[in-house]
Amino acid sequence: MSQALKIKGLQKIYANGFRALKGIDLEVREGDFFALLGPNGAGKSTTIGVICSLVNKTAGTVLVKGVDIDEDFPGAKRHLGVVPQEFNFNVFETVEDILIHQAGYYGIPMKTALERIDSCLLKLGLSEQRNTRARMLSGGMKRRLMIARALIHEPSVLILDEPTAGVDIEMRRSMYEFLREINEAGTTIILTTHYLEEAESLCRNIAIINNGEIVTNTSMKNLLRELHRETFILDTREPLPERIQVPGFEVSRVDDFCLEAQIEQGQDLAELMSRLHGSGVSIISMRNRENRLEQIFVSLLEQAS
Amino acid sequence: MSPYEQYIALLTLMRKEIRRYTRIWSQTLLPSAITMSLYFLIFGGLIGSRIGEMGGVSYMEFVVPGLIMMAIVTNSYANVVASFFGAKFNNSIEELLVSPTPNQIILLGFVSGGVTRGMLVAVIVTLVASLFVDLNIHSYAVVITVVALTSALFSLCGLINGVFANTFDDINIVPAFVLTPLTYLGGVFYSLELLPEFWATVSQANPLVYVVNAFRFGVLGVSDVSLGFAFGMIGAFTVGAYWYAAYLLRTGTRLRT
Repeated sequence: MSQALKIKGLQKIYANGFRALKGIDLEVREGDFFALLGPNGAGKSTTIGVICSLVNKTAGTVLVKGVDIDEDFPGAKRHLGVVPQEFNFNVFETVEDILIHQAGYYGIPMKTALERIDSCLLKLGLSEQRNTRARMLSGGMKRRLMIARALIHEPSVLILDEPTAGVDIEMRRSMYEFLREINEAGTTIILTTHYLEEAESLCRNIAIINNGEIVTNTSMKNLLRELHRETFILDTREPLPERIQVPGFEVSRVDDFCLEAQIEQGQDLAELMSRLHGSGVSIISMRNRENRLEQIFVSLLEQAS
Repeated sequence: MSPYEQYIALLTLMRKEIRRYTRIWSQTLLPSAITMSLYFLIFGGLIGSRIGEMGGVSYMEFVVPGLIMMAIVTNSYANVVASFFGAKFNNSIEELLVSPTPNQIILLGFVSGGVTRGMLVAVIVTLVASLFVDLNIHSYAVVITVVALTSALFSLCGLINGVFANTFDDINIVPAFVLTPLTYLGGVFYSLELLPEFWATVSQANPLVYVVNAFRFGVLGVSDVSLGFAFGMIGAFTVGAYWYAAYLLRTGTRLRT
């Protein structure tokens, strides 16, 4: 399968000497749903800035759908749709004008632009806001407007820099659904986010960046396989005794009706249940204590530093 | 981008720029009409009637071309500097920077907004002037060419100011401390013949001298400098400003980090 994005030895040194990117290599396959994660200041937005020409790189090569940005940047930009972290439209313009202008900058005639606007606004639930000035939109609507704007020229690679920041849960879920749909239709999606459960549920491949370096770049499945231990919260039907012990398992009492169990990789969860049942503890519900990806993320960053 | 796509991009930018200033016409087009009416009334009518002739014509006739040119200069400059800095300030300039639109089209798009506003204001102020004095245009070709070149030159200067500006104060400093003094010292209200030799020589470095005199020649047929030299200087300043503005966009100065 060919690559939607290929980055090699990308470096960015700012005028004040700060090395934001220290020679990163990254490849994203066509049709992928890719997560680029990292703490604040790790270099995610700088990487995206270089790809879409808002940041001048110091060294390295960037190819978008095989087009080198040093040789044909306009050609590479045609393939890209970008949803930045901050709102970057003129809030005094209407939703329709913002989209018409963006289409025009890609050389799309008005008639075609208007047809695409109909369909984009419908899919993103913004049809009623078509003639509303952008400053009157809610935060969630503004985010969706930025997605509509990034899609108006039908790019094959969509880059979203923390698209759900400050968006309520319901809106976030509908955005996930929409992103899944366009990814299934063939658009490669590169996502940066602080919501790790978002990356875990949406993305197939992942890279973690820290201090301008790629710490890991693998499939989500492989990364989660590295998780050696998971914590489960178990709710019980009857009150628990003051002290509880399950041979072979690390369990602790949280309160009268709740206990916490650590399950090592290779340990059998059914065995734990059976032993608890044998001790007269019946479990009525069970859940993970924390996000699995978050554990790996924190551990990788700790190792890197 | 194909030439047709570039044409669409340019048309889009032009449409956006023209809609921007026509939507707020009371702030962009009306003030020039009012200000120039006051200039015509005070300098042309009240004071001018006591001055007599200048450059072989009545003082009122003498100041009209300069005042029209002053309106063109300030409006074309203000239009582009406000629009470009506004786009930088709200980050909407990124819409253009991430698109495949070539820098030359971005430049032409913003400049076209300034040029059309400059020309529109020229028509409005000329209509106002005609209420005060009978204008018999000496050469329409010269008038139209000078208006087009001048508004292009000062639109480019506005864009350069917009690129470097970091705050709204920065977009007011140049018009207040550079443009206005140059305009007043550019022979709008007096003939260069009145100046001592030293100051007349210094004035040769002021681009406003050439635009005012070339325009005055187009309207009245009189000028302090030769028309060919004036056109040469206006052309040179315009080419220089265009080259520098294009260089700033190409290198992403103050636009890309």
